[in-house]
Amino acid sequence: MIVTKQKSLEEILNFLGDDEAIFLIGCRLCAAMYDTGGLPQVKEMGEKLKARGKTVSGFSAIAALCHGKNVEKEFSERAREVDAAQSILVLACGEGVQMVNKISAKPVYPALDTLFLGSVIEDRRFEEHCSLCGECILNLTGGICPVTRCAKGILNGPCGGVNEGKCEVGNGRECAWVLIHDRLKSQGKLDNIRDIFDPKDFSRALHPHSIEEGDK
Amino acid sequence: MKFRDILNSGEFVITAEVGPPKGTDVHEMLHAADLLKERVSAVNVTDNQSSVMRLSSLAACYLLKERDIDPIFQLTCRDRNRLALQSDLLGAAALGIENVLALTGDHPVVGDHPSSKAVFDLDSVQLLQIIHSLNEGRDMSGNELDGPTNFCPGATVTPGAIPLEPQLLKFEKKVKAGAIFFQTQAVYELEKFREFMDYARQFRVKILAGILLLKSAGMARYLNKKVPGIFVPKNLIDELEKASDPSQKGIEIAARQIQELQEICDGAHIMAIGAEEKVPKILDTAGL
Repeated sequence: MIVTKQKSLEEILNFLGDDEAIFLIGCRLCAAMYDTGGLPQVKEMGEKLKARGKTVSGFSAIAALCHGKNVEKEFSERAREVDAAQSILVLACGEGVQMVNKISAKPVYPALDTLFLGSVIEDRRFEEHCSLCGECILNLTGGICPVTRCAKGILNGPCGGVNEGKCEVGNGRECAWVLIHDRLKSQGKLDNIRDIFDPKDFSRALHPHSIEEGDK
Repeated sequence: MKFRDILNSGEFVITAEVGPPKGTDVHEMLHAADLLKERVSAVNVTDNQSSVMRLSSLAACYLLKERDIDPIFQLTCRDRNRLALQSDLLGAAALGIENVLALTGDHPVVGDHPSSKAVFDLDSVQLLQIIHSLNEGRDMSGNELDGPTNFCPGATVTPGAIPLEPQLLKFEKKVKAGAIFFQTQAVYELEKFREFMDYARQFRVKILAGILLLKSAGMARYLNKKVPGIFVPKNLIDELEKASDPSQKGIEIAARQIQELQEICDGAHIMAIGAEEKVPKILDTAGL
């Protein structure tokens, strides 16, 4: 899922500026899972804005705000509420915000910061394991991604900063290369990483990505 | 004699390092380098060490070169993508700088510009491969160069790393990628280092053991707590603690280690970190 975090109310009020009537929309998928942009959070945000003198022209939360058809349908059904707003505040990831922006001509603002693609480790704990680099090498690295889980994303083993299995950047982060080494060793597959890995082809991660059925 | 030739001569090699200034006043660095000049075979120039922004290692290497000091250009992958790395290497070659120490580099978050974009387009092993390729007259895309380089490539290893095995696997990759000399992280446990050398001897590379000058018992304890792969044993800390002049004791310890290392490895790399004026004294005490 896409992990997001709410921006501070002050930051949001700052970019809403003098706009009085606001339409709020959230996403019932990722943002709802982490309680940053589901229906309850949309309602709560509406209350906070009202308490600061704004008017809420309408609010909703739909599944997959990144899906253009869903957004079009919702906006046509709520045309009156949307029309009454001066701007739209989106409680979803950056894809959701930009999909709304594509469909509505009104100013569209993000209520969340989009952090990473994450795994749900526990109820409220998320970890990034994949950085969508376009060139998967998990077959060689014991299912542990050095591109993402090593702070430097290096491909040929641990740097000199590893200390008792921990990464030099701190916060108790584990060294991905120690994890990879241990995993491969336990599987008798250390040979996987004996050869030198070539420099990464970053052109595969050239932004902006796009893909169509025919590209598969 | 050039550093490369000294490495191959079989004599015990001494290198030391200087750090470029944070600013443009190079007097102190050049003074330190001058003190080392007659006593060491080559002088490393650190590259934004600990991710703290300083004058460029390449420019500083040239300033040393101008004073007839053979510099070892420390080059990290932290700040440069593959174009910049190759470009700086060609620049170094054109300036007559022949020794390169290929490093991954510390992460920017541990330095004084923590919000900077970390590069790490390549790692130290891949950087060694590039150096090899430039020496062969080609860039890493296979394009032919108008004039090859002639680098003597080196790398680092931490014989006291915990865990050690992944580090050794990487050491082997660095050898495969063309490193011909290694300067190690500081070693204080010579028995453990001896074990590392027993393993490293199977490869035809020169190993220069890192000597980090101890200035006090407090510093030793700090190293143990904060620096990965360094462990200062209790007997050395006690020695420093009891000494009436801990700074002098640090010099004696370094000299003693150099003497012992002469039977174990190919050379010593002295890191005095701002106390370069003490290096000649260390060498005098060691009888070198």
